[in-house]
Amino acid sequence: MTVRIVDRRFDSKNKSSVNRSRFIQRFKGQIRKAVSDAINHRGVRDLDNGEKIGIPGKDIAEPQFGHGRGGVWETVNPGNDRFSSGDQVDRPQGGSGKGGSQASNAGEGLDDFVFTLTRDEFLDIFFDELALPNLVKRQLARIDQYRSVRAGYTQSGVPTNINLARTMRGAAGRRIAIGGPYAAQLRALKEELKALLEHARPEDDPELERIHREISKLRAKIEALPFIDTFDLRYNARIRVPVPTTQAVMFCLLDVSGSMDEGRKNIAKRFFMLLYLFLTRNYERIEVVFIRHHTVASEVDEDDFFTSRESGGTVVSSALDLMHEIIVARYPSNLWNIYGAQASDGDNWNDDSPHCRELIENSLLPLCQYFAYIEITDGPPQNLWEEYQKLLAAHADHFAMQRIASVTDIYPVFRELFRRRA
Amino acid sequence: MASKPRASRARKNKPLPVGSEWTFEAIAEYDEAIGRVAREYRLDCYPHVLELISAEQMMDAYASIGMPVYYHHWSFGKHFLSTENRYKRGQMGLAYEIVINSDPCIAYLMDENTLPMQALVIAHAAYGHNSFFKGNHLFKQWTSADAIVDYLIFARNYIAQCEERHGVETVERLIDACHALANVGVDRYKRSPRLSLEKETLRQQERADYLQAQVNDLWRTLPPRPDEDEANEEARFPSEPEENLLYFIEKNAPLLEPWQREVVRIVRKIGQYFYPQRQTQVMNEGWACFWHYTLLNTLYDEGRLSDGFMFEFLQSHTNVVYQPPYNSPYYSGINPYALGFAMWRDIRRICEEPTAEDREWFPDIAGSNWRETFDFAMQNFKDESFVAQYLSPRLMREFRFFSVLDDDTRNKLQIQAIHDEPGYRALRHQLAEQYDLGSREPNIQIWNVDLRGDRSLTLRHFAHQRRPLSDSCATVLDHMAHLWGFTVRLERQNADGSIELIAERQSEKRRHRSASPTP
Repeated sequence: MTVRIVDRRFDSKNKSSVNRSRFIQRFKGQIRKAVSDAINHRGVRDLDNGEKIGIPGKDIAEPQFGHGRGGVWETVNPGNDRFSSGDQVDRPQGGSGKGGSQASNAGEGLDDFVFTLTRDEFLDIFFDELALPNLVKRQLARIDQYRSVRAGYTQSGVPTNINLARTMRGAAGRRIAIGGPYAAQLRALKEELKALLEHARPEDDPELERIHREISKLRAKIEALPFIDTFDLRYNARIRVPVPTTQAVMFCLLDVSGSMDEGRKNIAKRFFMLLYLFLTRNYERIEVVFIRHHTVASEVDEDDFFTSRESGGTVVSSALDLMHEIIVARYPSNLWNIYGAQASDGDNWNDDSPHCRELIENSLLPLCQYFAYIEITDGPPQNLWEEYQKLLAAHADHFAMQRIASVTDIYPVFRELFRRRA
Repeated sequence: MASKPRASRARKNKPLPVGSEWTFEAIAEYDEAIGRVAREYRLDCYPHVLELISAEQMMDAYASIGMPVYYHHWSFGKHFLSTENRYKRGQMGLAYEIVINSDPCIAYLMDENTLPMQALVIAHAAYGHNSFFKGNHLFKQWTSADAIVDYLIFARNYIAQCEERHGVETVERLIDACHALANVGVDRYKRSPRLSLEKETLRQQERADYLQAQVNDLWRTLPPRPDEDEANEEARFPSEPEENLLYFIEKNAPLLEPWQREVVRIVRKIGQYFYPQRQTQVMNEGWACFWHYTLLNTLYDEGRLSDGFMFEFLQSHTNVVYQPPYNSPYYSGINPYALGFAMWRDIRRICEEPTAEDREWFPDIAGSNWRETFDFAMQNFKDESFVAQYLSPRLMREFRFFSVLDDDTRNKLQIQAIHDEPGYRALRHQLAEQYDLGSREPNIQIWNVDLRGDRSLTLRHFAHQRRPLSDSCATVLDHMAHLWGFTVRLERQNADGSIELIAERQSEKRRHRSASPTP
């Protein structure tokens, strides 16, 4: 007899994944706190990895009835090296060693419960309850999603789609309609027969025979009607309708002028990385346009945006102008949800700042769903901030501004700007 | 099963595959060789299936207590995460084996193990544990090896259905409460009915209807009749204290829906299934260690195993059966593998080479046939009685056992007994008691239900040796109140008979008209 050996190594691996996600679901509050603590301790680039998370052990304990410390305990231990019976010994200090070790379950669970979240789990929690504000569905030029919807009944189709109720109803109706005249004649004949039979008649009365013949003829005609006919068949019909989806573009505007030192640029880049990750992860169809500017603005690709070093003076309006040009050229606002995020230290040519405000108010905000301004400075607000503040009152829904003083502010500010609105 | 004598003799002395890489053929060859030796020793086993799994699947299996199917619950996710974390940080190796008490017996082999380790696991689990499951009276009496997997499937499907119908959170809350009480949800003395998928499914609805009717009857509001009230003042419910808390809840909790009772029952039944394992850890692990040791050594003596194989095998074997002394930093109580292995080896020694001391202590087994003695001992004992019956003075000396009295009213610990002539019996008695689940776990019983008043439920803790309950009992009481639906109290009865109230949970879960569910 040879043994049965089953190779299960390639069976589905994540049998525990349901339990795992339930665990995470259940302790979301604690885990989210741990995640936001964790983000302060590492670069945003590392987000692609999972994260080790610790949550308080007592929150997740599974209690059971057990003994606590105290009372009388007698225990047997191995390895006697010095005792003889009747000896009196001091209680050992600390948890280890003999005696009192039974009570360990009383103290258990005070330590943090540490585990590792996968990248997906981490990002799920990281971006939980964040959303692009004011996102609306618009019919797209490019439709690639269809939904199948019911569209009544048809006379042709495949057998699996036969609608029985409809078909039988049609068949019954047809039978009634075609058989109706015969049935009426039949009823009349039966009346006649009944009337004849009221008076005694001989068995072979020709009149009776005629009526019986007629009746059986009619019956045969009625029975000859097909119970169901191909003509009766009805099929459920479904048609495909295009689904309107959202299409959005995000403009990332980064100030790389000389006044932005490395630290500030770093903060700004981290912020945009977070934004970029959030967008690519949570929205299927989103385009991101990267614009960097000093005195002149240029559209760059992702790599250049995050890595290239280049600096000069500052004319913020150049970036806003470029953004407007690109919108007009490539992203008609009736088809696109348009978003803008601008990061700067707020330092600008003084006479340019009012111009920036006008640009935003008059040419960008009418086209944009949302525009966020992040000022990266730990000092007093700069002139750009003061100009932008004038926008706040009139455009509360579409415009937001926040200040980031240090790396640890990035995540809270990000959450604040993109938290899901009711 | 009938062995072909010529073929087996021809192969008998052929060395088994060497090297650390395993193949399916090599595993089958080892299994066959080990199986042949096991049959020569007349080990009676269920047929078994070897399943090769990855480390990750091993962790999955861990998380669900080794069961191949299990219902979903966050706590299993928690166990998985903590196992994974410790494993990835290298703090612990995975156990080499998980074996399921089922017929056929399923033994898992992890694909990261070397060939000698696979052979060790086969001998340990597929023959050692397997024969214990089949022979020991507790397993025979309390578990149905042929039905457990079916029952687990039933349980998982049922709970999944409940989750669909009543929401994951509601079901989770209920299972939390049941898990908290699982340890006090076992029958310690009564035979549990056999588990079977068909029967369970067939009778589940019937039971639900019947029970609901019973419970409703229990709480029927009768017009008050003063004279009768007085007559029945002393009438108690339950008439006898009930130690199986989950059973009592299942049958009597007034506000549970039928499906909730069924879930309580499922947790209770599965807890009951594991009860024998908790009662026979020393015996069972010792038995499996003894047999992997004996089977592989026999094969080695036949010349079929290489020295390299034996070195690797002995290295992990000695790791498993190592007992650190009380003052070692690695000490965490008596290692059941070590004690069990030593005891079975000692019993064989008493049978084969008894000393005068053995003849005095074990007159009925000294010099007897060791295989018969083994089967008798394996079949008819649990840890508590096994230690009480078979722990020899010689073993107590080898382990250098000593017994310590820790009385919190005294400043110092007292050494009660050591491994010497006056101490043997006290030591053995004490160690046996240590393995008695009845004294290891607090004795808590359903004491009374205030039938005529506020329907409050009183639990009574019979304090043994003044041992108090741990802090978590307050949380467990919350769960109890959640199940019961009315106020729950926990009292302690001390040795002198005095009663004190330890904790109380107010609860009023009656269905209100308002749509909002009570928390």
